[in-house]
Amino acid sequence: MKAALLKNATIARLVVLPTIVVIIVCFYAPILWSAYISFTPSGMFPNYHFAGLMQYDRLLATDRWHVAFRNMLIFGVLFVSIAISLGSLLAILIDQNIKAEAVFRTILLYPLSMSFIVTGLAWQWFLNPTMGLQHFVQDLGWAGFRFDWLVRRNLSIYTIVIAAVWHSSGLVMAITLAGLRGIDPDIWRATRVEGIPRWRAYLHIMLPMLRPVMVTNVVLLAINVVKSYDLVVAMTQGGPGYSSDLPGKFVVDMAFQRGNIGQASAAAMAMLATVFIAVMPYLYLQMKRSG
Amino acid sequence: MASETSPPVRAVAASRLRRAIAVRIAIYVALTLAAALFLVPLLIMVLTSFKTMDEIRSGTIFDLPHALDWTAWLKAWSGACTGLDCRGISPGFWNSVHILVPSVILSIFCGSITGYALAVWRFRGANAVLLALMVGAFLPYQVIIYPLVKILSFLGIYGSLAGIVTLHIVFGMPLMTMLFRNHFVSIPADLIKAARVDGAGFFRIFFSILLPMSPNMLIVAVILQVTGIWNDFLLGLIFAGQANQPMTVQLNNIVVNAHGTVEYNVNMAATILTALPPLLVYLISGRYFVRGIASGSVKG
Repeated sequence: MKAALLKNATIARLVVLPTIVVIIVCFYAPILWSAYISFTPSGMFPNYHFAGLMQYDRLLATDRWHVAFRNMLIFGVLFVSIAISLGSLLAILIDQNIKAEAVFRTILLYPLSMSFIVTGLAWQWFLNPTMGLQHFVQDLGWAGFRFDWLVRRNLSIYTIVIAAVWHSSGLVMAITLAGLRGIDPDIWRATRVEGIPRWRAYLHIMLPMLRPVMVTNVVLLAINVVKSYDLVVAMTQGGPGYSSDLPGKFVVDMAFQRGNIGQASAAAMAMLATVFIAVMPYLYLQMKRSG
Repeated sequence: MASETSPPVRAVAASRLRRAIAVRIAIYVALTLAAALFLVPLLIMVLTSFKTMDEIRSGTIFDLPHALDWTAWLKAWSGACTGLDCRGISPGFWNSVHILVPSVILSIFCGSITGYALAVWRFRGANAVLLALMVGAFLPYQVIIYPLVKILSFLGIYGSLAGIVTLHIVFGMPLMTMLFRNHFVSIPADLIKAARVDGAGFFRIFFSILLPMSPNMLIVAVILQVTGIWNDFLLGLIFAGQANQPMTVQLNNIVVNAHGTVEYNVNMAATILTALPPLLVYLISGRYFVRGIASGSVKG
């Protein structure tokens, strides 16, 4: 019995061993490699001479990088706040014992099953100035109507926000709804006894109680913002010019089109730092929860 | 009883009732409006795909097509061009299937058995492995994509089916392991003790007892992986190679990199075709899909 037990634990270790190897080879070693390369003068090919902060200096002197990073902040702040507000509002509406709840839920969540490529192409078509929404409204008789953000340098990033909100609000709705349904009915009973209006109960009691759920929402969406690549490729290809570029696209373009591994690595490190900041609240919460 | 309540009280009750009804109506109006807005992109895609190019040019996106014209769908499936290749999106569909099947099966197998080893046989360092693995769930592919190209080239599988499947397994590991680990942790220790007394070993307990006990978890895992892998773009673009380009990559090539006249109807039909498999999975498995979101909310 004792021998068999030891053997089983050994098998368990052996089963996990490949995973450990994969984690090291595919996650950690590449991170370290990218980090090191960001301190070298690498161009088309890796060059292992240490060159200090040269790549970062160059990155900071690159206008396209500034545009990409600023876009990520604009996209991140707007997308996360709008998706969270809209998703929570929809969750609260659906929580009102409504008829045909399943139908509404299904419709609000279906965009999430689609890829960002499909999402981007659908919205590119809808917002196409000559054929899409603008043309439709002008055709209705409002000739001066303009909604050509897709092709406007300073506005194209906002079309990406719109498409992303459409894609991910259902996610917030589903997670928040699950949170609301998990609230102890006694708390609801107490608010009714106290005579607190329902909307105030939601705003001041239920939503604050759902803080962990909200943190999860924010972190999930924020990670998607940093990773974002497909959506912008399908919708605007980063354009007009590079006005709707994002760091995730900047890195891929630098590495695979421009053949500049040094710049790609420096930008990748900036992305890693951003993800780290975005995940911090989640890690903090996890640590607090586990004592 | 009701007749004994005084008129003012009844009036108050009536006005309350009216307000309650007004609120109900407002809720339904708001939800219906939201649902309609959410459906608009899908609606215009479907409408456009059934129109002829003349109809598209002369009308607006919300006009109904004159007839259910499947020409664009046929062309999207088997005649649309990417560069000189005019075989439509069907090769991409089959490439995606070839990538999907082994990736889903192997990633779930690897993730479930690793999760089981970590949850049931809690050896020293098991939690450290889990934590180290979690990093992979948060890591943007872009941070490590170039070194991964080098590693896969070194292994001789860069730009091949084996290469892209390997990466889907690797990137599926964090979520799948977490999912199954959290599930197996909740299984009573007595059950496993009893199995051990009966002489069942590591693999016996996994394959004959725990896996058959977990059909729901397996369904959730399949849904997560099928939608996730089908919808992947970046990994397929960089690692699959020209011969194995998944449907999403080919769709983007057809629509974005098209030359000559843009055929919006064909583009939209191709887009819907690409969206259809995960959409069907979602519609058929609704409840499980939501569960997958909830349990997979560490990854996103």
